[in-house]
Amino acid sequence: MNVLSFFRGRGSAPVARERLQLLLAHERAATGGRSDLVNILREEILAVIAKHVTVDRDKIQVRMDRGGSVSTLEVDIEIRTPAEALALSA
Amino acid sequence: MAKVMVVTSGKGGVGKTTSTAALGAALAQSGQNVVVVDFDVGLRNLDLVMGAERRVVFDLINVVQGDAKLVQALIRDKRVDTLSILPASQTRDKDALTEEGVARVMEELQEKFDWVICDSPAGIERGATLAMRHAEVAVVVTNPEVSSVRDSDRIIGLLDSKTLKAEKGERVEKHLLLTRYDPARAQRGEMLTTEDVLEILSIPLLGIIPESEEVLKASNMGSPVTLSNAMSAPARAYAAAARRLMGETVAMTVPNDRKSLFGKIFRRAA
Repeated sequence: MNVLSFFRGRGSAPVARERLQLLLAHERAATGGRSDLVNILREEILAVIAKHVTVDRDKIQVRMDRGGSVSTLEVDIEIRTPAEALALSA
Repeated sequence: MAKVMVVTSGKGGVGKTTSTAALGAALAQSGQNVVVVDFDVGLRNLDLVMGAERRVVFDLINVVQGDAKLVQALIRDKRVDTLSILPASQTRDKDALTEEGVARVMEELQEKFDWVICDSPAGIERGATLAMRHAEVAVVVTNPEVSSVRDSDRIIGLLDSKTLKAEKGERVEKHLLLTRYDPARAQRGEMLTTEDVLEILSIPLLGIIPESEEVLKASNMGSPVTLSNAMSAPARAYAAAARRLMGETVAMTVPNDRKSLFGKIFRRAA
């Protein structure tokens, strides 16, 4: 250990950790995330919502963002007003 | 019904075969009926690491293609009689493995044993996907090193998409086995810590195997490390991991090879 690295204090492991977290966030997004998690979530959420209200399959958006310490799941569902649904079914 | 477990990693040289042999032997020693299956067709090594290389007559390919019966290809371990090995072929290549043939062999193995442990080849090609195909449990072997962690992440993705379980909408039970770990270096910030790797890969921890000379010694002798020196640090770590696989709760520690002062002086002199 030289004087410089003594003052820097941290080893190389934190660098490795940061590089990996960045890289894997990109790679998971590129390969559709780990598995089909987002698709599975999308289908199951859709099934639950559809039990109670009319939803259009194309009007549901599920997005997952993986961050370093926090990941977010964003679900965006457009629900028709009852009048609109009635007009369509007529 | 047997549990089918794949030992996989993506990256080569991280300890899949060592871990397959050590976990297989540890499970067998606790009375479970275990078969370890080498899926590394063309580069078989499980037989060598387990000291059975001179007893190979038939292999997985012969059984898959119907040229030999399963019982003819299985080799019973000479040290633990509840442990068997099904070697891979050294001369053929992975294209000789058919999906249907593997399915048939796996089914037959599940009738005979409590644990069917598949030693995956490195990579993400056909050999690796066939090895994980029937698994319900996966041991992801990872070194605390960037390329190994990245490849493990990729393999976890495959376990969640290419296995029979995944295709049925079920989940493969995944476990992280951290190998070649050096607690002192991790503490000094020179190596990714267990927490780092766990946070990045977010699968539960099965065990931490410390870096140790005993691992090479064991493979030199053709013996799983859990059998060659049961009191050594890696052997104790593998034995604890095996107990966790059987559902026991075992406190997570990193065993170390305690060297006495006398031992240290003696080693230095040698």
